[in-house]
Amino acid sequence: MFDNADALILARIQFAFTVSFHFIFPAFSIGLASYLAVLEGLWLKTGKSLYKDLFKYWLKIFAVAFAMGVVSGIVMSYQFGTNWSVFSDRTGPILGPLMAYEVLTAFFLEAGFLGVMLFGMNRVGKTLHFTATLMVAAGTAVSAFWILSVNSWMQTPVGYELSGNGQFLPGDSWWPIIFNPSFPYRLVHTVIAAYLTTALVVGGVGAWHLLKDKTDAHARKMFSMAMWMAALVAPVQIFAGDAHGINTLEHQPQKVMAMEGHYESHPDGAPLYLFGIPNEKEQRLDYAVGIPKLSSLILKHDLDAPLPGLDTIPDQDQPPVGVVFWSFRIMVAIGFAILGLGLWSLVARVRKKLYDWPWLHRAALVMGPAGFVAVIAGWVTTEVGRQPFTVYGLLRTANSASPLDAPAVAISLAAFAAVYLAVFGVGTWYILRLMKSPPQPGERGVKHGEKGPVRTAGITPGPVQGENVQPGGPKGRGMADREMAE
Amino acid sequence: MSALYNFDLATAWAFIIAFAVFMYVVMDGFDLGIGILFPTITVGKERDAAMNSIAPVWDGNETWLVLGGGGLFAAFPLAYAVVLPATYPLIIIMLLGLVFRGVAFEFRWRDERHQTFWDFAFFGGSLAAAMAQGMILGALLQGVEVDGRAYAGSWFDWLTPYTLLTGLGTVAGYALLGSTWLIIKAQGRALDHAYRMAKPAFFVTLGLMVAVSLYTPFLEANYYSRWFTYPNVLFAAQVPLLTGIIVFALLRALVKRRTHQPFLLSLALFLLGMAGLGVSMWPHIVPPAITIWDAAAPESSQIFMLVGTAIIMPVILIYTGFAYWVFRGKTGEEGYHS
Repeated sequence: MFDNADALILARIQFAFTVSFHFIFPAFSIGLASYLAVLEGLWLKTGKSLYKDLFKYWLKIFAVAFAMGVVSGIVMSYQFGTNWSVFSDRTGPILGPLMAYEVLTAFFLEAGFLGVMLFGMNRVGKTLHFTATLMVAAGTAVSAFWILSVNSWMQTPVGYELSGNGQFLPGDSWWPIIFNPSFPYRLVHTVIAAYLTTALVVGGVGAWHLLKDKTDAHARKMFSMAMWMAALVAPVQIFAGDAHGINTLEHQPQKVMAMEGHYESHPDGAPLYLFGIPNEKEQRLDYAVGIPKLSSLILKHDLDAPLPGLDTIPDQDQPPVGVVFWSFRIMVAIGFAILGLGLWSLVARVRKKLYDWPWLHRAALVMGPAGFVAVIAGWVTTEVGRQPFTVYGLLRTANSASPLDAPAVAISLAAFAAVYLAVFGVGTWYILRLMKSPPQPGERGVKHGEKGPVRTAGITPGPVQGENVQPGGPKGRGMADREMAE
Repeated sequence: MSALYNFDLATAWAFIIAFAVFMYVVMDGFDLGIGILFPTITVGKERDAAMNSIAPVWDGNETWLVLGGGGLFAAFPLAYAVVLPATYPLIIIMLLGLVFRGVAFEFRWRDERHQTFWDFAFFGGSLAAAMAQGMILGALLQGVEVDGRAYAGSWFDWLTPYTLLTGLGTVAGYALLGSTWLIIKAQGRALDHAYRMAKPAFFVTLGLMVAVSLYTPFLEANYYSRWFTYPNVLFAAQVPLLTGIIVFALLRALVKRRTHQPFLLSLALFLLGMAGLGVSMWPHIVPPAITIWDAAAPESSQIFMLVGTAIIMPVILIYTGFAYWVFRGKTGEEGYHS
């Protein structure tokens, strides 16, 4: 009933499923951690309680999202060994140290200061608490640095030597490995994507509450900040994406061929296909609608530049075109939609109608989750576009898997699917419920009528032994404590 | 170049990974232990207090597990590539258990109507993770079938009476750590309860430790000679002798209701357990086929990481210590607004 090919495809589905699920949370927490740092910084600088309210409001949401990111991330860190053991053995000497550095410099930092950030408001002073927030934000960014270095090396491997037993060994220097050719582009593109994703969520929540009450000061502030982000950063992202595409053409041409739907070579200028249905069997794009020469213009900045197609690549080295073609288009379409939303908000702002155009707010609400879709679509484009290799051009996916029996993989895949859908479904529901009520003046981090301690700012798990941590208590921290907590 | 060079590096990394695993066992051990004991703790204030005693630190504690796995991948990729497929179902159970345990910290407060469910998830997740961890350890000790550079056994080889014993031993040991941690953090009735739970946890742990210790030397001739032949026995015998002293001191501390001693002595018990493990396994990282030198990554990889670890690890220990210091002392059952 099962054979090795089944075990391989099941392992691939399992990896795609768990990594897509996981990726949603860091994409959100990278942006949100920075947003929280900005809010707390603004509060400390201006003393306006509005910022403190927003900080505490988003901190509750961050706590839930972060917990889900952590637990799904631990799964990822073991998945390399469980399902891709041959890959692990071969690439361990190169990728292992990069991932170990991620743990040492990022995960411990995030996790170590998270407790202080969530619970420590009345236990440490303002400055220390702000420091904890900054450390958590820094941890998320450093984590992005290392994991994207790892991923980029798999896409554009350099700086290695092959040993007799098939291992990739580091060459003379680690710098080319860490800063491999696609890494800077991928890092910039992904981190900006995380910021935009978070901005859309914040903007969507702001818009939702504006639609109910356009005088709500908290909603106004959230919406305004988010729309600034969309207006200013979306163009930067499109520029960064273009640069990343050109880099990909240089190092992974077949991925670009699949993204663009170029089955055929175009010796004198390739068209940009706006629509078409990839036909893998016949190796052509059915119902193709294209703008002549535009693809050459975008990728080579020259109308007549020749672009080779998949007909120049042996069949067994071609990525699956359909998935890559469509996921790329979804990502780009959402990118331009974000730009449109940002520009629309600028027009509204110039006309002093930012809080008065319900259609703008409705659009922002609809766009709220769009960033997640774009991030996943982009991830699928780059990962499926790398197929059929795990280490591009060097190690095939089919030769990377663990020697596992298919039933073992099938059962674990079913278990992951059931647990993830249940647990993260509930988590998302809790987050949406938190978003449903607007931030309150004097936001306490605990919903009115909700009993018991909530793991969030201003709430501490119990008093310090032998020390009276009441307002105006000892050690001269009383004032700061009182202000922090309320 | 360098059999000797490599020897030092591989040995150093074996100790670093053993340290990471020990830190994990120490820190997440009491988290999981509280989860294991959760059903015995009275619903309401006492449960809330137990949860709050670990809520600010569990994230950092669990990171040591990621370091253990990540360090193994980096420093001994071959061992990583053999052990994980060999214990595949156990790893998956552990991971899913940790998923439930981890989200329960957030979810149980968010929706009171389903609090019972998330309390159960916290308990079940902790129990499953602890049991799986103990069985992984047992599976490693009883030996893993290797062919070339890959695992060669089938996917249920790990399930034996011995691994069940090590699994239960770990569950009991974590329960001991959890209850002695609660002795430090709890007050009032919850404190009485913690003392009450610590004693059975202690006796069960002791019994299972003895059983595992008696079983292990007979798993393999190597282990037997390590423990029972002269002159090895002179060195190896220190471990059970010290264990005896610790056991006595721990029992005394529990009877005299000391505050910090029971937890610290429980840690010492775990440390000795690990030392015993080291005596049995050394220098194999995957008994009986793979030594730490077979599995070692090239020295440039190991040096690159060693530099970073030497610089960063002390910093990590300092701010981890700071986080524990911030939340020192007894935990109240309820958060408060000052």
